[in-house]
Amino acid sequence: MIAVIKKGDVILSAVCVILAVLVFVFFTLSKSDGDRVIISVDGKTFGEYSLSKDREIPVESQRGQNTVVIKNNKVTVTAADCPDKYCVSHVGIDETGETIVCLPHRLTVEIKR
Amino acid sequence: MKKTAFYGSILAFAVIMGYVEFLIPFNIGVPGIKLGLANIVPLFLLYKKGFKEAIIVNTGRILLCGILFGNVMSIMYSLSGGTLALIVMYLLKKLPVFSTVGVSVGGAVAHNLGQLLAALWVIGLTAAVYYLPVLTVVAVVTGFLVGIAATLLIRRIRLKD
Repeated sequence: MIAVIKKGDVILSAVCVILAVLVFVFFTLSKSDGDRVIISVDGKTFGEYSLSKDREIPVESQRGQNTVVIKNNKVTVTAADCPDKYCVSHVGIDETGETIVCLPHRLTVEIKR
Repeated sequence: MKKTAFYGSILAFAVIMGYVEFLIPFNIGVPGIKLGLANIVPLFLLYKKGFKEAIIVNTGRILLCGILFGNVMSIMYSLSGGTLALIVMYLLKKLPVFSTVGVSVGGAVAHNLGQLLAALWVIGLTAAVYYLPVLTVVAVVTGFLVGIAATLLIRRIRLKD
């Protein structure tokens, strides 16, 4: 079976993985502690909050409802009525560049400096 | 009539593949990770029939799967990803240095890019781009496996014209 694989296949795969790792390293290095939590819905800013102040933010739009919680310098989405719940299963974020996205509701939670 | 039956059954097979994927969700916190089983069908058609046939069946598959298991948004992401993947696979197939496996890997990576482009359009740049490295590495692995499966299928199934 392995015999069908050509050199080009391996090179293409390796190039993709190397590029991905480079981009990942770049993203990781450019991360730093941020304090501003920015919630956007549909590309428009819904609100801006401080990461160091614990609070619960209900985000309601015509697409649905998400609950964003800032606690102990971490942001999580604790509840949502979207079908896939990817946003709820996402780990808490606390560094610049990190984001939680809820595609069905077009909601993004970002951390900025 | 034979043609109708052939494309009907292959479209049905593609929808089943989509259903199998719908049953196995890879929920690891990053949206959009899938095995890519459904890509076996356009790959097979690309080698056995042609670009036009592959794109018609693939578009039909995306619309049917989207109506059955998804929503308008998922159709949009799938169409954007699926079409870009098919164009890339068509171009890679023309190069003699790639086997079906390489073509499949290229298609899988392009599928992510296509979906990302749709996501950029919907939610804006910064958020979606952060998922790209993880998605690309996953795509190389799944693309490789799907490519091997497609190679077997292309070899074993002979079509009479």
